[in-house]
Amino acid sequence: MQNLDASFSALADPTRRAILARLATGEATVNELAEPFEMTQPAISQHLKVLEDAGLIVRRVEGTKRPRRLAKAGIEAMDQWLAMLRKALETNYDRLDEVLAGMEKHNQGETR
Amino acid sequence: MSKMTLQTEGDTHVIVTRRFTAPPEAVYRAHTEPQLIQKWLLGPEGWTMPVCINEAKAGGKFRYEWTNGKGGGFHITGEYLELKPYDRIVHVERMHLPDPTPDNHIETLFEADGAGTLMTMRMTLPDAKMRAAMLATGMEHGMEASYVRLEGML
Repeated sequence: MQNLDASFSALADPTRRAILARLATGEATVNELAEPFEMTQPAISQHLKVLEDAGLIVRRVEGTKRPRRLAKAGIEAMDQWLAMLRKALETNYDRLDEVLAGMEKHNQGETR
Repeated sequence: MSKMTLQTEGDTHVIVTRRFTAPPEAVYRAHTEPQLIQKWLLGPEGWTMPVCINEAKAGGKFRYEWTNGKGGGFHITGEYLELKPYDRIVHVERMHLPDPTPDNHIETLFEADGAGTLMTMRMTLPDAKMRAAMLATGMEHGMEASYVRLEGML
């Protein structure tokens, strides 16, 4: 359980969340991970270290490369994010239900 | 009961479906008329949409601006490619954070489902990486509030 705090502070950064999202599509090298962010490689490496210490990603040794992939905790974190996105959308649509109910009342009012 | 589904398809699509008890005409209007959009397309509690410009015609542009009232905010811009009242909307959009995200191509279908509507939104991103980034960015918005709640629960 001591990893939980580390996981949450690791997830608190948008770059780190985007890195996890990228890794959800498959293993990637540091260069590949750095590419979309306009960040220096050391800056990305620092983010990767935080994610690794939190147990969200793991590295593999392949010659001089150290490709990263999601760890089990990282996969669970991604699932949790999707659940959050789903929840935000659901909140919108629940509000839309009320708007639609209001439109119906309005229409009935007009025809009377 | 969950009326909504959200899933990825292939490498570049995200599909959202939702059922409504109102007929397609009403659901379509709630997606294209600014005074209706501003009432529901808001994200987490506390966010509002002070600017909602929407030219609902083929080639028309839209711009939605959100704020959390505490200095936080962002906007999206987009163009309509096709509108067929009250069946179908095709548009492209991007978020400005403030740099624009890659274009998200979205087809929204409103199909009669009994007395109600089945809405299907099919988003297409340029590639798998951009889709992942879009999902991560989209999550930002829902994340802030949920994150605080989650922390409180642990």
